[in-house]
Amino acid sequence: MQVSSMHFKRQASANLGNEKLQHALEKLQTKFVDGRAAAIAELPNFEELRSAAVEIRDRTLHRLDAYLVRFEQAASARGAVVHWAESAADVNRLVVEIARQHGVRKAIKSKSMVTEECALNDYLTNNGVEVLETDLGEYILQLAQEPPSHIVAPVVHKSKEDIADLFEKKHGRVRTTQIAALCREAREVLRPGFLAADLGISGANFIVAETGSVLIVTNEGNGRLTTTLPRVHIAITGIEKVVPTLEDATTLLRLLPRSATGQSITNYVSILTGVKGPNESDGPEHFHIILLDNGRSRLLGSELQAMLRCIRCGACMNHCPVYQNIGGHAYGWVYPGPMGSVLTPNFVGLENALDLPNASTFCGECAVVCPVKIPLPDLMRHLRRRQFERRLRSWPERVALRSWSWLAQRPRLYAIGTRIIARVLRIFAGGKNNLRFIPGLSAWTKDRNMPAPAGRTFRDLYRSRHRQ
Amino acid sequence: MPSSAKDLRVGLFVTCLVDLMRPCIGFATLKLLRAAGCAVVVPANQTCCGQPGYNSGDVPAAKALALKFLQEFDGCDYIVAPSGSCAGMIRVHYAALFKDDPAFTDNYRRLTEHVYELTDFLVNIVKLEDMPGDFSGTLTYHDSCSGLRELNVQAQPRALLARMPGVTLIEMREPATCCGFGGTFSIKFGDISARMADKKCQHIVETGAVGIVAGDLGCLLNIEGRLRRRGDWQTKVWHIAEVLAAGDDLCK
Repeated sequence: MQVSSMHFKRQASANLGNEKLQHALEKLQTKFVDGRAAAIAELPNFEELRSAAVEIRDRTLHRLDAYLVRFEQAASARGAVVHWAESAADVNRLVVEIARQHGVRKAIKSKSMVTEECALNDYLTNNGVEVLETDLGEYILQLAQEPPSHIVAPVVHKSKEDIADLFEKKHGRVRTTQIAALCREAREVLRPGFLAADLGISGANFIVAETGSVLIVTNEGNGRLTTTLPRVHIAITGIEKVVPTLEDATTLLRLLPRSATGQSITNYVSILTGVKGPNESDGPEHFHIILLDNGRSRLLGSELQAMLRCIRCGACMNHCPVYQNIGGHAYGWVYPGPMGSVLTPNFVGLENALDLPNASTFCGECAVVCPVKIPLPDLMRHLRRRQFERRLRSWPERVALRSWSWLAQRPRLYAIGTRIIARVLRIFAGGKNNLRFIPGLSAWTKDRNMPAPAGRTFRDLYRSRHRQ
Repeated sequence: MPSSAKDLRVGLFVTCLVDLMRPCIGFATLKLLRAAGCAVVVPANQTCCGQPGYNSGDVPAAKALALKFLQEFDGCDYIVAPSGSCAGMIRVHYAALFKDDPAFTDNYRRLTEHVYELTDFLVNIVKLEDMPGDFSGTLTYHDSCSGLRELNVQAQPRALLARMPGVTLIEMREPATCCGFGGTFSIKFGDISARMADKKCQHIVETGAVGIVAGDLGCLLNIEGRLRRRGDWQTKVWHIAEVLAAGDDLCK
């Protein structure tokens, strides 16, 4: 996926003015925010579960290398082949190699954000492998040639009318806005694709070290078809997705759908272990698992390590008031919202995503709802520190900050400076007690007034009162 | 630690915004602390807690201001600020800012643990029952983010308002959703910030309350600024201290 995170401000502004998008984003509150609240209210021990999840994730990250090797051994013992990919390009090369090795012409995919990191679809198409997305949201995006705007609900930015228009244009059928009919239509179009494919590509929500299993949660059933119908299955995921045991995975599973979509459990939970056995009728003959680093190991042992706990539920973006107003595309890469504001700079470079760690009011709601207690505001703050230290912030910003702290360390001068500002702004404000414009603060005053200062500072008033 | 409120030496941290923009809030805070029987000290050289630098990545600037703050308030039993944001900065973030830095002594650590947001202090430390203010009218309360999520300030302001016979509280939709201020965020991303403020204003106006009340002046400037730009000159915007201590003597 092309990185356009440097255009965050422009993209965000455009999205603020996009009425259709604004309407579509209203779904976040009812569907995801209220849904999650109801789902966790059912749990008597939600906080204990969160603590248990943190413990699992931290324990795994502490010995990540060992758990990954154990996973490789267990998966290999079941007939799967584990590949290690350092970069997104490695993933693409490996997938094409595997496709060629097995004479694959047609591939189907279930939803995978990691393959979005790699822009795998374009690479496969350019290398002669036809690829069809089978998750409804991803299929819609493939038709529309758009990137996802949300990691769980990739098409949340579209209305059913948008989708009806798209289907009419691409499928050449009678237009309908009935959701059930749209789903049926997609199913009918996709079904031949499932049957014709030689290769199924999926992601993984977790991989289990003790059994070598790949665990996938889905709601549409396409994941099962993708991973069992074609003769070759490639599962692609990040190295941080490993959990030690199936029991650990089930603990995390109690949190993931509840945090993501407000479901107590997804419609399907698939645990895929090894290739089709001699007496089994289902499953792939060849099972490849590609484990991607792509900058993840850089986070290990750093101040940002907690980010690797992430189980990709999307609760942080659903609850982020910034995301709720601008949508996912504004963030300019695969992962939007608070988690993206930490991950994107790590993956594409701090200097290529300067706005993202700053695009937060630090309201803290993301950290409150995160099922694995990632202190997202602290991590964004740390990235701001790195930006400042690497002199990546603009000189007016640096001068303003330094001037403020210089002045605030000199109380006498500070008292004079604030006295002047309070008086001058008071005079400019006139009778309405409000300023419509302040030089240098047009970003504030463009859409807001600035309430005028009282005219005298507290320190001056306090001193004169206490003299009396 | 002294046992009754009367013996408490309480440092008032006015905060830079209140000092510059609305000193009335500082005097209201003073009145409330004195009503609770505290001996209030107001260090004359106080300026800023260092939060702008801290949240913008300028660690040396934040540390310099934090040390200045700690030196000025050293010796207080408690420090109270009419702001969850500033109180949270000191109580929650100073320890992280000074991680492994010997300049942050055990004495300073204890001091930061005794920093309180005003309503939290009035309810949980001095247990003020009778509000000195004479305010009456309908109000809606906005939960400012740092106070709510860093200091757990949610029930306290509502409890204090409930102790004022003339006040009727009408809850707005999503009272805990950020108003969009976010310090430098409001300038770096002015249009996103204003949109968030606009939604907050909508929720406020829907309640039909005479005024919106909150515990942080940053939020109040943002909300009032947006209300007025929307053409709403009716809805009043108050800091909670101004309501709890309301009276003719306050802002002369």
